[in-house]
Amino acid sequence: MRILNASGCLDALTAPDVARSLDAFVSKTITPLPREGNPPERIAETDVGMLNSIGLANPGSDRFLADHLPRLESLGVPLWVSVGGFAAADYAETCAALADVAAIELNLSCPNVDEAPESAAEIVAACRAATPLPLYAKLSPAAWDIAEVARAVEAAGADGLSLVNTIRGLVLDDRTLRPRLERGAGGYSGPPLKPIALAAVHACHRATSLPIVGMGGVSTGRDALDLIACGATHVALGTVLFGDPDAPERIRSELAAEAAAYGFAAPAEARGIAHETVVVTANTDARPDQKSLVIGKNLDA
Amino acid sequence: MRRESLNVAGSEAVGPYTLLRLERGALEPGIPGQFFMLHPPGHVLPRPMSLCSAPEGQLTFLIDAIGSGTRALAALRAGERIFVLGPLGNGYDLDSDRPLLVGGGIGVAPFPYLSERLGAPPALLGFRSDWHAEAAELVPNSEVVIDPVLVTEPLEKVAQSHNVFACGPEPMLRAVQAVAPDAQLAWEAPMACGFGACYGCAVEIGGELKRLCIEGPVLGRRVRARAGAGA
Repeated sequence: MRILNASGCLDALTAPDVARSLDAFVSKTITPLPREGNPPERIAETDVGMLNSIGLANPGSDRFLADHLPRLESLGVPLWVSVGGFAAADYAETCAALADVAAIELNLSCPNVDEAPESAAEIVAACRAATPLPLYAKLSPAAWDIAEVARAVEAAGADGLSLVNTIRGLVLDDRTLRPRLERGAGGYSGPPLKPIALAAVHACHRATSLPIVGMGGVSTGRDALDLIACGATHVALGTVLFGDPDAPERIRSELAAEAAAYGFAAPAEARGIAHETVVVTANTDARPDQKSLVIGKNLDA
Repeated sequence: MRRESLNVAGSEAVGPYTLLRLERGALEPGIPGQFFMLHPPGHVLPRPMSLCSAPEGQLTFLIDAIGSGTRALAALRAGERIFVLGPLGNGYDLDSDRPLLVGGGIGVAPFPYLSERLGAPPALLGFRSDWHAEAAELVPNSEVVIDPVLVTEPLEKVAQSHNVFACGPEPMLRAVQAVAPDAQLAWEAPMACGFGACYGCAVEIGGELKRLCIEGPVLGRRVRARAGAGA
């Protein structure tokens, strides 16, 4: 069980100590050509979350490989590179240029740019042919049937899933009743994304045998445990990092304590427990400091 | 970069603004013009605020309560706690023979600390009303103009013989820059993080969209092309 950052939610070069507090660092999405990103305003807080409309700002793959990658590698943190594009060939080109990174995450789900015309599975297949590195497909929770997409990318050669990206949302300015973000809609994230992420992880764990990086609205160890219980192998932190760069250490220790309170020797033991049949017990022996353990796994404990 | 839960020492009204006093814990005040991220209770994101002053054992921030986050900050009472991250970004270059502070509205926020570090230089401050101008009492040696008179009017007579340190709304900064091209200007943009992670504070600097939290917030002769509405 590893704790990562969600792509685009941390710059390891401006906050190296935060990156080192993670088990792996996921880069901002890299596209073949440099992108300045969307015009400001790019961020807006909502009542219970936030919107972003960054628009895949990045230096482009040439400059990333020549300038950023060596500096990221020198941090000593396992590196995942997020790869994006506007056609399957874009993704494959960047994948082919990468070597010696821990994994590649294919961003198939940015809500702030126009999508590639090919399906997620076609993009994964093109990248599979271009690299032997582990490929994680990052999917959108807006898919009508995310389990179907997950099965398709598994068949196309994906080694894992990253679930979920932000979901499109919009917020109006109090004074003008106009969108706060220059582009209107943006990617919605923060605590309200958690139930959406749990549903996606739950469905995809059932539909595939792939390891899953669960993310979406994690701000406590309990949030992380919920994702693991639904089927996540690893957990990534997004919006919480903006307000609390110390979150990785805090959530790691909270997660260990939460897992222990449910009787798991380690958080990874809870993986998929949400799919197991609930067995109701009288639970009369539970100590006040114990969670009410009525799940099958703990009947022997 | 250090984040701590700080104790609220108290707050006081300064005209329409609120001066929030925090016990500083182990946080350093940094360089004038640098900023801190203050996390309002009940909000997902913290808010960027430049340090107003650094009295013994305290950090103070001048808050203009214009949105839900700033209202929550202004409502903090003594004994409550708040998470603060900082100091962040690049402050003013204090190496100056003849400093002159030029500010407008809530843009005077960093001036009490700046004035202290520069030895109480003269200051030209513009406000939209006498009530707002009560904030000028925080800045020694200040001359106040009230709308419709703009700070650039008195500035034109003295700009050539001074090093201008400016902070205020974007139209004011542009006008100051037209009169004093070498002025150091403190800009503003909405930020989610303050340390380069979110890319939300991108502004056009020298023709490119760059992160204000990393490049600024104090910029020299470079130009920012578009205002942030703020919230």
